Amino acid sequence: MFPIIQERNQLVVAKLIDKFGEAIESHEVLKDMLCITVSKNVITAVLRYLRDEKELQFNFLTTLCGMHYPEKEQLGVVYHLHSFVNNHRIRIKTSTDIKNPVILTATTIWPSANWMERETYDFYGIIFEGHPNLVRILNMDDMTDFPMRKDFPLEDQTREDKDDSMFGR
Amino acid sequence: MAIDLDTDYWDKDVVRSEEPKEYNTLNVGPTHPATHGVFQNVMLMDGEFIVSTEQTIGYIHRAFEKIAEHRPFYQITPLTDRLNYCSSPINNMGWHMTVEKLLGIETPKRVDYLRIVIMELARIADHIICNSVIGVDSGALTGFTYIFQDREYIYEIYEEICGARLTTNMGRIGGFERNFSDKAWTKIRHFLKTFPAHLNEFETLLARNRIFMDRTINVGPFPADRALAYGFTGPNLRACGVDYDVRVMNPYCSYEEFDFIVPIGQNGDTYDRFMVRQEEMKQSMHIIEQAIAKLDKMEDKETYFASDPRFVLPPKEKVYNNMEALIWHFKIVMGETDIPVGEVYHCVEAANGELGFYLVSDGGRTPSRLHFRRPCFIFYQAYPEMVKGNMLSDAILTMSSMNVIAGELDA
Repeated sequence: MFPIIQERNQLVVAKLIDKFGEAIESHEVLKDMLCITVSKNVITAVLRYLRDEKELQFNFLTTLCGMHYPEKEQLGVVYHLHSFVNNHRIRIKTSTDIKNPVILTATTIWPSANWMERETYDFYGIIFEGHPNLVRILNMDDMTDFPMRKDFPLEDQTREDKDDSMFGR
Repeated sequence: MAIDLDTDYWDKDVVRSEEPKEYNTLNVGPTHPATHGVFQNVMLMDGEFIVSTEQTIGYIHRAFEKIAEHRPFYQITPLTDRLNYCSSPINNMGWHMTVEKLLGIETPKRVDYLRIVIMELARIADHIICNSVIGVDSGALTGFTYIFQDREYIYEIYEEICGARLTTNMGRIGGFERNFSDKAWTKIRHFLKTFPAHLNEFETLLARNRIFMDRTINVGPFPADRALAYGFTGPNLRACGVDYDVRVMNPYCSYEEFDFIVPIGQNGDTYDRFMVRQEEMKQSMHIIEQAIAKLDKMEDKETYFASDPRFVLPPKEKVYNNMEALIWHFKIVMGETDIPVGEVYHCVEAANGELGFYLVSDGGRTPSRLHFRRPCFIFYQAYPEMVKGNMLSDAILTMSSMNVIAGELDA
């Protein structure tokens, strides 16, 4: 990793901890990207701060996706941010309890989050509070399951004509 | 009778209605020849002008992210083919590079250059489709019929390299399945020789054509700040005047050694998008020439694979004649190799923009989570804002110039 990226990573972590303190739960560098875990209560504030802070300027939301952690009974959202000014990428993670999966929306910060959050809702059932139009986007409207959760089977598990045990599915 | 100019003659004639203005609802799609893919737009029309648009997508959703959680890494490559099927090799190699990043495989320089040759050919093929279809939608079929023979030729080059044409499944984790044949090289060199003339001929048909310019200039313009907020990448963002290119910002596959220009537009309208793609094709030709020059200078003509025992497939003759080689081949393809725990994000400059792969591995044979950042999916949501207030025929042109590919949109 380039030293300049390491410096920028340290700056981001220092600034976030200075501003939000306890709400920044952990931070680590995974492969080539800084990964920060944030409490879900402050996620919108953190994203807005990262975008607007003069020295950081993470102006671009690269992508946003859902996660399911079955062992922790949690759902998560992962944001990839990119600062075009500093050419710096970071990853922000947040998680919520699966029984009450509510997270604040990022559409007020980037309009591009609109469809990505709808997709995340569609597949994981994460409810984004404040989203202008949180309905299913890729699946059909009358679907009741959230198919990307780990407990949703890929195929109809009652079938007997296929033996997948050999292939580790 | 003389007309009394003082009285407002025309005003008396008009019957002013007290009722509110009436709008028409127009349904475009899901299967409509002008949408070039399966997506629906329900447009609210005031005469011929669009008041608002409501999009419905997901008609060809195939749950790739879910399937990917149940497949070993090699079996995910065919899924990536079907994202942007106009330039599958870029998707294939983007995925292979993601896995290489996770496993820490260093690819030899020769593999990088071979990949660049193929990825730039794929970019040209994709841009040919987009630009010629802009012509078709504005009523100029001629350019389309001529330039498509060059796309056909690129597909023939794919055939020489991997045997397939559209869904290529090209390359392997760590390199290629076999070295490029002499015939493939002959075809690539022939393409380099003939294509610039064809491209110029195509450009003279459209670029300064008065009718085409009237149909495209200031049609569907988009300011740069809105484009950034909506997550535009690739030629659509560059047409708005932002010089963001993953090949330059985060070089992968030795792109940092290459000398090329990132073309940008000014207004982000249909004409700018057309011209940016046109210039990108020329730059791609320039990159391929440089890559071939580098390959010619290399003494090594045989390396086409990284030497990593975890993912090197044994040669086919050995697989067919030797028991150990067959087992080894089977184990690699079925994902019985050790995969480290970790997560990576890798992005490549696909023909439509930044194609990203977010791969989370828990050490199992399949990814624990694989998310595709599909550029189409992200920028297509700006379409209602782009076409608002435009005419219907301009909306069709705007859509074709954005190059929305249904496979990538719906995953």
